[in-house]
Amino acid sequence: MTTLQQRPAASAEAAPRKRRLVVVGNGMAGARAVEEILARGGAEQFDITMFGDEPYGNYNRIMLSHVLAGEQSDDEIYLNSWEWYAENHIDLHAPVRVERIDRHAKVVITDEGETFAYDDLVLATGSRSFMPPMEGLHRSDGSLLPGVFAFRTIDDTRAMIAHATHDEHRRAVVIGGGLLGLEAARGLQTYGLDVTVVHSPSHLMNAQLGPEGGEILRQSMEALGIHVVCGNRATHAWGPDRVRGLRLKDGAEIECDLVVVAAGIRPNTEVALLSGLAVERAIVVDDQMRVLDEDDVYAVGECVQHRGEVYGLVAPLWEQAVVLADQVTGADPTAAYLGSRTATKLKVAGVEVASMGLTSPERETDEHIVFSEPRRGVFKSIVIRDDKIVGATLLGDSSKVAFLQQAFDRGLPLPEQRVELMFDLGGPSAEVGVAELDDDAQVCNCNGVSKGQICAVVKGGVKTVTGVMDATRAGKGCGSCKLLVRQVVEHAAGGAAEEDPSVHWYVPGIPLGKPALMAAIREQDLRSPSAVFAALAPGGAEDAKSKMGLASLLKMMWGADMVDEKDARFINDRVHANIQKDGTFSVVPQMRGGVTTPEQLRRIADVADKYAVPMVKLTGGQRIDLLGIKKEDLPAVWADLGMPSGYAYGKSMRTVKTCVGQEFCRFGTGDSTRLGVELETRLQGMESPAKMKLAVSGCPRNCAESLVKDVGIVAIEGGRWEIYVGGAAGAHIRKGDLLCTVDDAETAKLLTGRFLQYYRENALWLERTYAFVPRIGLDEVRAVVVDDRDGIAERLDAAVQEHAETHVDPWTEGRSPVEPGQFRTSLPLEVLPRVPAGRADELLGGAW
Amino acid sequence: MSAPAGVVPGVAPGAGAEHRLGSIDQVPFGEGRAFDVAGEQVAVFRVRDGRVRALSAVCPHRGGPIADGQTDLEVVLCPLHLNAFELDTGCSRTGAAPLRSYAVRLEGDEIVLTV
Repeated sequence: MTTLQQRPAASAEAAPRKRRLVVVGNGMAGARAVEEILARGGAEQFDITMFGDEPYGNYNRIMLSHVLAGEQSDDEIYLNSWEWYAENHIDLHAPVRVERIDRHAKVVITDEGETFAYDDLVLATGSRSFMPPMEGLHRSDGSLLPGVFAFRTIDDTRAMIAHATHDEHRRAVVIGGGLLGLEAARGLQTYGLDVTVVHSPSHLMNAQLGPEGGEILRQSMEALGIHVVCGNRATHAWGPDRVRGLRLKDGAEIECDLVVVAAGIRPNTEVALLSGLAVERAIVVDDQMRVLDEDDVYAVGECVQHRGEVYGLVAPLWEQAVVLADQVTGADPTAAYLGSRTATKLKVAGVEVASMGLTSPERETDEHIVFSEPRRGVFKSIVIRDDKIVGATLLGDSSKVAFLQQAFDRGLPLPEQRVELMFDLGGPSAEVGVAELDDDAQVCNCNGVSKGQICAVVKGGVKTVTGVMDATRAGKGCGSCKLLVRQVVEHAAGGAAEEDPSVHWYVPGIPLGKPALMAAIREQDLRSPSAVFAALAPGGAEDAKSKMGLASLLKMMWGADMVDEKDARFINDRVHANIQKDGTFSVVPQMRGGVTTPEQLRRIADVADKYAVPMVKLTGGQRIDLLGIKKEDLPAVWADLGMPSGYAYGKSMRTVKTCVGQEFCRFGTGDSTRLGVELETRLQGMESPAKMKLAVSGCPRNCAESLVKDVGIVAIEGGRWEIYVGGAAGAHIRKGDLLCTVDDAETAKLLTGRFLQYYRENALWLERTYAFVPRIGLDEVRAVVVDDRDGIAERLDAAVQEHAETHVDPWTEGRSPVEPGQFRTSLPLEVLPRVPAGRADELLGGAW
Repeated sequence: MSAPAGVVPGVAPGAGAEHRLGSIDQVPFGEGRAFDVAGEQVAVFRVRDGRVRALSAVCPHRGGPIADGQTDLEVVLCPLHLNAFELDTGCSRTGAAPLRSYAVRLEGDEIVLTV
């Protein structure tokens, strides 16, 4: 018996004695737990002693398959070298096994008979390879038949490589077709061995994949030259000097020179059992990672059973280590481990596999979306319950795994079109997980903001997505990168961004959602933006970013009775033209339905000449754009044109695009131009939370692109009209949803207006219909707009009618300034425009 | 714009010359107007609480016309890409380079700016 290692009592009085922390196990769990403890100031609290039964520092067991495949040397996989232990004053004993714990004396006893006292004990004994029962596997002395290997440690791996490189050895069998077995098979191929995988369940990787996925993985493995036998198991091994072959359950025999057993793992619980700790399938711990009924014994890693679960993956182990460290050090006494939702993303033998949650539906109401393309080895399966992802499997293509994993972990809302979960359909691509993005990777392609810039702002203390967007302007262009910006912020904030409450408000400066804001405006009879700020903003403070949205809302609510304060208007709305990069403006006269006349064209041409307009261009909305007009020339240009505004600058109804329709087109089935012109006349200048682009096509050939408009109408044979809503073809692409099919053009006109009024009243600020319709749900939109479930159709129609009757063209009204300096230049020294004069001549070469 | 004759050079302590830009009525409440002052482009803002502030009129980001921007009591937003600048200091709140800030005051209803 050796002496108990204790310090003299005198020193305890001189300086308070540190507590003694003993960690049994120096694998990934034990070492990680110690790292977490050190990160919480554990070095000041504890004298740390660790025991490991391998004669090494701590290494990354997951990388052993890379060592086997020759991709990495064994030096490269060390996580903590001997120096690390010395630097942190950790007393490492390796290779030394702990045999037993005396919980009453609070000591651990090693296989060499030494005792070490502890105040706190951490068990991280890990697990070992499971050896399935097989005749002839062991020799009489209990050792494995030469040529048979487990695949668990550096020593296993080194011995396997030595055996595999032997010239006479040609064939290998891997027992077990899980992750580790397939990795071993692929690794052994690099030594020129012919490899067969024998897997007792009916398909490969059955813990992560369903049968269809397993079958596709089998085909991928066979394509790599790995033979696969499923639903069968090895019952005999024969030698005698070394392994020479295996016999399977069905009597088949495979000659082989090397056998790797990768048939699962079993937790190492002997020490705990011998010492009287609670052990079921593994060592039982509570949410604080304490062993059941023990005050100062903790356990972590693969040797642990928590709430009935035993984990064999690394991610739960990291989470457990954090909680354990918080508890042991007292850094956070409320810390609790509540179990892990396991998700795996890995490359198995060169094939990408990602798996989380269920592999197949369990209830009748579960949605199951499956895509299978065996020729490319691609398989995708997603299980959805109550609009949340409860399971996903991706094989051969894990490009969408980052989003799926987030959706799985946090129950994020899912796209209405489920196929978008599996493929990128023209939207922003997040092919690379944000963690893997380089710092200089551009996240926002409009404003040129990199991942590094976003992370720097987050590190600087801004933890909300909106705060980061404000500070960097990322996501403030077309907006299609917002999801990616959110992911980067979350990544930089260590998992979760803080929620900015203003995302639920209509405008950021007034803490009310749209319905509450509208109710307050009505109740208090607030008719100007400044009155709204004074009554409803915190401290009555106005907010520049909120002004435009408020002015638009007030215009929608009060119409002509709104008190229009020019300073609340964006410059475009102050001068009824669209500001350009050089501070000049673009002028787009109204051309209803894209129909014009020689007289209009002559006037436009005269204006272009008179004001030396540097660029005349057709727009996508079938109008003519005069670019490079100086601000001070705007009223004169309007007067000379004598045409109404085309509203190409506002958050409002822009244009109704049409095709020539049945009057001229031999395919036309409806008078699309007439309907388009009438719609534009009725809805012109209608302000809304975001711009509204419309189209009418005279037949299903759809030359006006009606399927990708906010409202798109298509004439079909029989004099009927289809109405599509919520389409888009800009930064975001979405095919509109068929709202209804109506019998005549008048009804189509009525329902178009009614839908847009409903959208005006209910959409968030800057929310286009392509986001609004899916958010509300097509069924709900149809119930209100088409079926008039709520009895508000008459009111909506009346609002549209009132707009049509009271609309005043701003180019007629605005020719004499309504306020001082309204049309005064804002860049007084610049010679504008800076767009090169004669740009069209330059582009066209002048010889046409 | 104020006529050259309206510019009366004066000397403010530790600063440049004073320039008289005419009546504040040229600038509606909550808005800005641009002035050419001694060869510099200056945006003068009349904040809704009555204060007057002056910043360089050209956005350092892409040359946007700052005088056309929307304001509140603290910032002006450049109309081109919505960069925000503090009216008091010219410092950007959106990561852009700062705007030059000018000393400006009202004498009666006359704008007096120091360059």
